[in-house]
Amino acid sequence: MKLSGRHLLGLENMSRDELDLILETAVSFKEVLERPIKKVPPLQGKTIANLFFESSTRTRISFELAERRLSADVISFSQSGSSVSKGETLKDTARNIEAMKIDMVVVRHASAGAAHFLSRVVDANIINAGDGAHEHPTQGLLDMFTLREKHGSLENLRVCVVGDILHSRVARSNIYGLQTMGAKVSVCGPATLIPREIERMGVAVYHRLEDVIPEVDALNVLRVQLERQKRGLFPSLREYHRYFGVTKEKVQKASRPLTIMHPGPINRDVELSADLADSEHSVILQQVTNGVAVRMAVLYLLGTV
Amino acid sequence: MNKGTSMKIHIKGGRIVDPVSGMDEERDILVVNGIIERISSRPSVDGSYQTVDMKGNIIVPGLLDMHVHLREPGYEHKETIETGCESAREGGFTAVCCMPNTNPAIDDESVARYVRQKGQQVCDGIVEVYPIAAATKGRLGEELSPMAELAGAGAVGYSDDGSPIASAEIMRRVLEYSSMFGIPVIQHAEEPTMTMGGCINEGFVSTKSGLPGIPPVAEELMVARDLILLRYIPAAKYHVAHISTASAIELVRRAKADGLQATAEATPHHFTLTDDVTASFDTNTKMNPPLRTADDVEAVRQALKDGTIDAIATDHAPHTIDEKEVEYIEAPFGIVGLETAIGLTMTELVETGLLALDEAIAKLSTNPRRIVGLPAIKFTQGEPANMTFIDPRAKWTVDVQRFKSKSKNSPFHGRVLTGKAIGVLNNGKMYIAGV
Repeated sequence: MKLSGRHLLGLENMSRDELDLILETAVSFKEVLERPIKKVPPLQGKTIANLFFESSTRTRISFELAERRLSADVISFSQSGSSVSKGETLKDTARNIEAMKIDMVVVRHASAGAAHFLSRVVDANIINAGDGAHEHPTQGLLDMFTLREKHGSLENLRVCVVGDILHSRVARSNIYGLQTMGAKVSVCGPATLIPREIERMGVAVYHRLEDVIPEVDALNVLRVQLERQKRGLFPSLREYHRYFGVTKEKVQKASRPLTIMHPGPINRDVELSADLADSEHSVILQQVTNGVAVRMAVLYLLGTV
Repeated sequence: MNKGTSMKIHIKGGRIVDPVSGMDEERDILVVNGIIERISSRPSVDGSYQTVDMKGNIIVPGLLDMHVHLREPGYEHKETIETGCESAREGGFTAVCCMPNTNPAIDDESVARYVRQKGQQVCDGIVEVYPIAAATKGRLGEELSPMAELAGAGAVGYSDDGSPIASAEIMRRVLEYSSMFGIPVIQHAEEPTMTMGGCINEGFVSTKSGLPGIPPVAEELMVARDLILLRYIPAAKYHVAHISTASAIELVRRAKADGLQATAEATPHHFTLTDDVTASFDTNTKMNPPLRTADDVEAVRQALKDGTIDAIATDHAPHTIDEKEVEYIEAPFGIVGLETAIGLTMTELVETGLLALDEAIAKLSTNPRRIVGLPAIKFTQGEPANMTFIDPRAKWTVDVQRFKSKSKNSPFHGRVLTGKAIGVLNNGKMYIAGV
């Protein structure tokens, strides 16, 4: 089986079979990562450009590692701020890089739809590494992989995404991907950070962690951005922590031990208490490991057709 | 085809549809030097007349698009008064009202005069250009523009379009001062503190795509505020530009019922497309106000039907390909509209049975002329001949490359429409489209 498209732009339109294929492929690559020699040859001779128009050390390193372990040649480019303000358009930047005969482009950009846009103006395979508040499909996949690893199956698994849902591409990719795999997704956060009509996506909305914790198997805790406070979306980090911070005390109300996920980097003791982040229920570091395996799977499936 | 100055034309066999007189009959029209000499069934005509066969076509009063951006002065790379008028003429318009968000803005009588005169010089003067002047200096919303002088220079409306007149105090003064001239204040209705950074309608679609939303209540709030001010200053005339939300439409409906001098226009894209199309991230779906939900589209259509919305105006907003081929959030708002207006109106409103043909024509000619204070066009002997010829059955595919507009930013490329302008006659000049 193969993926139906040439690009990975988001999880919204992926079928269950496709998601299964990626997750299964990632299982084999995770085994590769356990070996003494972690490199395999499938992308030998392929060149991959990582275009990061928004700073992200973690995702970029994870992609670079995945690319190198598949024996691809890798170039990385980081530039924050909008491309327009730098004088060259995104289209020109991408076309210039493509003119150097690049096979695949991994792109991170602050603007929703940037990966779709690139897929229309260049011929290379495009992998979305996060576009604005739209999607972050490989993060969604690694979250799914990690949950599946821990719970055996995603079918009927109850997952709540906690925090700034409005601005979160991780939340959207989680919702799309997990729902397709049969999981039940809810969101919890301040009313100002829950986008309108999200119920129509089939997710339950909570505004109190106390209400949702007894109802779920896992929490995916999002990073809170201080700049949202300045825009009047929540009053203070202290208040945020008190009411929406996930702490050991609050998760004790769970019916069984909750799996704690976080896409990183963590603001310790803001959205997630330090003791919980480091507890046995936290799978945060497994997420990081799995991220490499999942990205290898995606690169492999798109790059070896 | 562009006939010389002194001319006698025999327009033969067309169906005249005139919303003013209620005429809907097949008649021949004789035009001599731009004046209607006679309208009759089978006039005897000597050889000095040039005959134009309009059999199967309809003849309507010359159309007015009361909301276009001609971009000159200042943004001639997008459009000029000349290319904008060519686009209008091709689309069947004999007049346009152009918005003042040029550089410099039309906030000074010299700029207003320049725009008007330039309009007379291009396209043989077949398309009349009526400037809408800025309501405030530099469209900054802080001080009143010289409204009396601007009226003297030919301005037919006051607007800071592109931006709302945000301050309640300034809006009050704009309404009061403009009321002395009987000239409407045209509001781009948007509460700006709620729309910063937004680029599509806030709702289910923006929630799914993560694109920053423009809440529909931002339009409703501004219309509500303005109508409250209008109740306080009933001598003023207030017009809502490109109304797009069901809730704002309802406010206008009530204000009209209460006898306020409030009018509204809607664009073809707001009665045709929903925000679903923005999911493609195609920047030709980005305009302000944004495309709204199916319920809003239905409300726009019903309001066109019941008269709450008086006029159809395109908000013709040219941008170059390079300006539009960027990230969605970075792309400028707006699409071109002059050359698809008749096709969309006929296809979406007339073919569907929502509006009778004469009702649709009233929205594109009679009503906008009344709103901006231009005299009604009459199909009567001795009156200036100002008319648009439409083939109501022409099936055609929109091809942006064929647009006369300098810009090609349209979400309707490739769409099949029924009904097309085939020419215009005005100021003694005749133009047949697509030749």
